[in-house]
Amino acid sequence: MSIMSYNGAAIMAMKGKECVAIAADRRFGIQAQTINTQFDKIFEMGPKLYVGLPGLATDVQTVAQRLKFRLNLYELKENRNIKPKTFLSMVSNLLYSRRFGPYFVEPVIAGLDPKTSEPFIASLDLIGCPMITEDFVVSGTCSEQMYGMCETLYKPDQEPDDLFETISQCLLNAVDRDAVSGWGGVVYIIEKDKVTKRILKGRMD
Amino acid sequence: MAAVEGPMPGFSFENCIRNRHLEKIGHKAPTAYKTGTTIAGIIYKDGVVLGADTRATEDTVVADKNCSKIHYLADNMYCCGAGTAADTEMTTQMISSQLELHKLNTGRKPRVATANRLLKQMLFRYQGHISAALVLGGVDVTGPHLYSIHPHGSTDKLPYVTMGSGSLAAMATFEDRFKPNMEKDEAMKLVRDAIAAGIFNDLGSGSNVDICVITKDKVEYLRPFDEANIKGKREGNYGYKRGSTAVVSTEVKKIPFEVVATQVVSGTEAMDTA
Repeated sequence: MSIMSYNGAAIMAMKGKECVAIAADRRFGIQAQTINTQFDKIFEMGPKLYVGLPGLATDVQTVAQRLKFRLNLYELKENRNIKPKTFLSMVSNLLYSRRFGPYFVEPVIAGLDPKTSEPFIASLDLIGCPMITEDFVVSGTCSEQMYGMCETLYKPDQEPDDLFETISQCLLNAVDRDAVSGWGGVVYIIEKDKVTKRILKGRMD
Repeated sequence: MAAVEGPMPGFSFENCIRNRHLEKIGHKAPTAYKTGTTIAGIIYKDGVVLGADTRATEDTVVADKNCSKIHYLADNMYCCGAGTAADTEMTTQMISSQLELHKLNTGRKPRVATANRLLKQMLFRYQGHISAALVLGGVDVTGPHLYSIHPHGSTDKLPYVTMGSGSLAAMATFEDRFKPNMEKDEAMKLVRDAIAAGIFNDLGSGSNVDICVITKDKVEYLRPFDEANIKGKREGNYGYKRGSTAVVSTEVKKIPFEVVATQVVSGTEAMDTA
């Protein structure tokens, strides 16, 4: 079995009209045994910038802390909030420095530009190859199911409320076909003036 | 010791022992993005034409349907990459920055031979562990040049080259139709057809054709040059109505306005006390 499915995770991000959404499941397990159903896999990296880290849970937390550390240094040095694209380079740099002994995480980034509020989503592979897309990105143990859901449900330029329904249904229906992710979900809708965090009700089996 | 240490330069091997152990007890490491690619380039009358498909794969899943494989190196040089996507991306970024520094140090436009030497020496140093297969093309004071660079650091300088998993399909097209000193339109058509041959005959390649034409004083980066597979129009609406998803709790966090500019207004006018 792949080490990426040792703990299980499903994360996706989507672009809407002047907003972005990022969603994750909430399970933390050790192979088939569920340990926690309120586990955080999405981390705040700025007022309008979030990163989702699916993969091996120990690396998820290590990478989140290392990123926060580098981000704090950046913000102290520059005295301003980081742009999502710059943050993408930061993640890419961290992961590629472990090219020959990687962290087992495949991050997803969603955010709005701190000045222009331009929506931005991206994902990386475990050695830091960046991929910026215009519609959606998925990552985790049930990525094939998530790709299927997103390809059928995604529409460009949705309002925040519609984007929430789309991303929630994409996530919930995908994780129901995966044994090692699920147990509820969490969705962040990031808008210019507010971030709405919703906890989703999902199957608990 | 300093309280805050920045990231160390170079690769870190701190996870290698743990990862080897995990591998030994049966946990497979995941696959990185590959660009099982078709990339190609030819020299024509006035310069170089580079071409690439736009598919990135993760094992058998198409990870990116429109990724960019023609990387910027310098204003007069571009480089197509095949192999592990992160390696081609990072290698070209690294060499691009070295070329920029070289340009600032010498005050001259960098030569394609310089980029070729930097790339091959870096790849040779890593003994093929950085799996980047590159097609390097550009125009400098000595004219147009085209190189293919293999992951172990060997290079070829040829009038027409292909790389990646679709290289056989693309090379077949070149071998059939290439001739020296072609016109621009003819050259672009030939590169397009070579990439299309890869897109349709190699499973690792797909989606669109990107083309980059480099001449003495101009670069035309056409992305996409040709959409080989146009997606059909969706007739139905499969969206969910608002309120379909069961929500346990909602938490709203207001974002305070960012201070874009501050201004001190001196009080020359009297305060309004009416």
